[in-house]
Amino acid sequence: MDLSVINPILLIAALMSAATPILLAATGELVVERAGVLNLGVEGMMILGAICGFAIAVETGSPLTGFVAAAIGGAMLSLLFALLTQVALANQVASGLALTLFGLGLSALLGQRYVGVKPPRMGDMNFGPLADIPVLGPILFSHDPILYLGIALVAAVWATLKYTRVGLILRAVGENHDAAHALGYKVVRIRTLAIMFGGACAGMGGAYISLIRVPQWTEGMTAGVGWIALALVVFASWKPWRVLLGAYLFGGITQLQLNLQGAGVAIPVEYLAMSPYIITIVVLVILSADKSAAPGSLGRTFHASH
Amino acid sequence: MTPLLSLTGLTKAYPGVVANDDVSLHIQPGEVHALLGENGAGKSTLVKMIYGLVKPDQGDMQMHGRPFTPSEPRAARAAGVGMVFQHFSLFDALTVAENIALGMETAPRLRDLAQRIREVSDTYGLPLSPDRVVGDLSAGERQRVEIIRCLLQEPKLLIMDEPTSVLTPQEVDILFETLRKLSAEGTAILYISHKLEEIRALCDAATILRLGKVVGECIPRETTARDMAEMMVGKVLGTPTRTAGAQEEVVLTLNGLSRPSPSAFGMPLRDVSVTLRKGEVLGIGGVAGNGQDELLAALSGEMRAPAGMISFKGEDIGTLGPNARRTRGLLTAPEERLGHAAVPDMSLTENAMLTGAAREGLEKHGFLDWSAARGLAERIIEAFDVRTPGPGNAARSLSGGNLQKFVIGREVLQRPDVLVVNQPTWGVDASAAASIRQALLDLATGGAAVIVISQDLDELMEIADRFAALNEGRLSAPQPTSGLSVEQIGLMMGGAHGMEVAHV
Repeated sequence: MDLSVINPILLIAALMSAATPILLAATGELVVERAGVLNLGVEGMMILGAICGFAIAVETGSPLTGFVAAAIGGAMLSLLFALLTQVALANQVASGLALTLFGLGLSALLGQRYVGVKPPRMGDMNFGPLADIPVLGPILFSHDPILYLGIALVAAVWATLKYTRVGLILRAVGENHDAAHALGYKVVRIRTLAIMFGGACAGMGGAYISLIRVPQWTEGMTAGVGWIALALVVFASWKPWRVLLGAYLFGGITQLQLNLQGAGVAIPVEYLAMSPYIITIVVLVILSADKSAAPGSLGRTFHASH
Repeated sequence: MTPLLSLTGLTKAYPGVVANDDVSLHIQPGEVHALLGENGAGKSTLVKMIYGLVKPDQGDMQMHGRPFTPSEPRAARAAGVGMVFQHFSLFDALTVAENIALGMETAPRLRDLAQRIREVSDTYGLPLSPDRVVGDLSAGERQRVEIIRCLLQEPKLLIMDEPTSVLTPQEVDILFETLRKLSAEGTAILYISHKLEEIRALCDAATILRLGKVVGECIPRETTARDMAEMMVGKVLGTPTRTAGAQEEVVLTLNGLSRPSPSAFGMPLRDVSVTLRKGEVLGIGGVAGNGQDELLAALSGEMRAPAGMISFKGEDIGTLGPNARRTRGLLTAPEERLGHAAVPDMSLTENAMLTGAAREGLEKHGFLDWSAARGLAERIIEAFDVRTPGPGNAARSLSGGNLQKFVIGREVLQRPDVLVVNQPTWGVDASAAASIRQALLDLATGGAAVIVISQDLDELMEIADRFAALNEGRLSAPQPTSGLSVEQIGLMMGGAHGMEVAHV
């Protein structure tokens, strides 16, 4: 066992990258749930985004186009969910589970030709001399653009929910859809847009795995990250910055346990592999012990009856 | 003079029912106009058409002599119509200022809005802090949020849907003060209520609806409450009567009952003590949210109490669950009809089984006697005039008043020794309310003790022998109802809950 092989700077830089798929998916789901919709199909939208992004990046040679395609793919799949739950008034839990299964199957079908193909690489952002700063340079200024987009997205979602009228209306719809309807807000339209935003974010999170984290395509490669993202939103008490914290915690421990495995620590691999899930949830459960409650209309079907 | 708002021949039909049939109504600027009618008379549909939530099938609406066809609430608000809803359309988790901003077309920045909220609340004597979270406010304060939300848009017509049902008498006085002031400034008010004395005190004109049609118009100040009530229901009303009073034997004693509330925004019970005798009707008043639901839960057994706090016929029952208490003869009927008193998607037979199984012996060795349950349901429907095709219909399919008759009747027919009811006539029309009250009195005459928890003070004065009020989870000492004045009652209910009359 040799812990000196673990480089803390590289570890931190890597954890940010490991956390980004969860961060993107969870931020999108946070917006969906703040609008009062529980979409359990995150995993399905992620995996569909992963293959859409991968396929388009391979065909066009542009990873950025791939991410755009991933966002569109995720949003299209979420539109199916919106159709089921907002128009046909189907049960949200069942529709979300169905969406995950459908996404897994559809992505496997779409991805048949792409197994074993290498995607084009996305370059890192060039911050010039900033990247040469010791310690901070490699940690903060040596990443791909999507990672920064993820952090910017958290900040944007937080500011929008807290300071803008759009955010206030979104929260109002999630808090009490009957009251929002009585005031003349278009509940179904607002929720559909939120669901599509969540789908696009989940799609990009999936593409981050297939294009950057593990640059290849394998069936079911999201491996439950979507479910972690869902849990994260709940344990983060529907607060954007806590989602960031939880995602980095999860990414950090994932990365750390990989390094520990590499260093040959005398803990069974199974325990190391489960540690990110357990520690993240324990920490967030402790954090969420305060009063903050779920959006009042979360998961409830809205029917505009006069 | 052109009326502010003219409705001519408005008709709106839903599948199977005509909610409004050729309704005409005229409101002058500054007029306080009452809209009277029982549940299902079409009052809500009519105001929803004015507020743009529902489109009329036929008829014509004019504002200031010009056609007025709001396609959505936004358009109605832009035209100067404000509405204070019966079930407050507020968001518990948001602050007062955020709630108000949501109801405005072009909301200013929150800081400027907070300033304007303070100004308006000062002008109209409605104290309110813009930063508080609405979930923590009392019912009266929540209503102020709605009113201020409307006033900030300087409406020409303010629609108020049953505004006083959740207020203490003092709060009602302050509200009326505000409404009179608005009316003097030229704002017309369309006031929906079934509290006739209030309408007589406040309104300049009244239109009475029955089954979707206008059945009469009157000047409330010159018409007696009884005449208006009879126009509303279309028949002569009986007054509940009773003969016997309380007997000596004590059946139920609460001794320093203190319990935390099971819900987040609830009210804990604090040191509630009371003694109930056979044949007595105890009325418990108080503004909603002061521990009524918790008291009912503590009595029904949904919320257990430590030993020594609740004694029933000399037995300590605090630690027993609902079924054990039912078997002993302590029955309860909670306020929430759909979801608490009755399961919405189950048939009336199944709902009769749910509370009747223990006491009526409908369950034998774990098997259910459905034919007996159906018999019980049929007896309830028969005895309480529940309008439904039969006991196989789902509870959800009944109108509010009919379901209320069913859930009260279900407990009354199980021969309780003590019956606790919460809001027995809430949302029930006048004739059904009278029959429910009569049933409760008959029960007391038969020797049972009845606790009636209600927001309706007139109801409590009419049927209760003694009156007590819940305030912040504390129960005042019960007083005999005869000779109790409205002021005394108001003080027992805790006064005006931090309210002050405008500029005293």
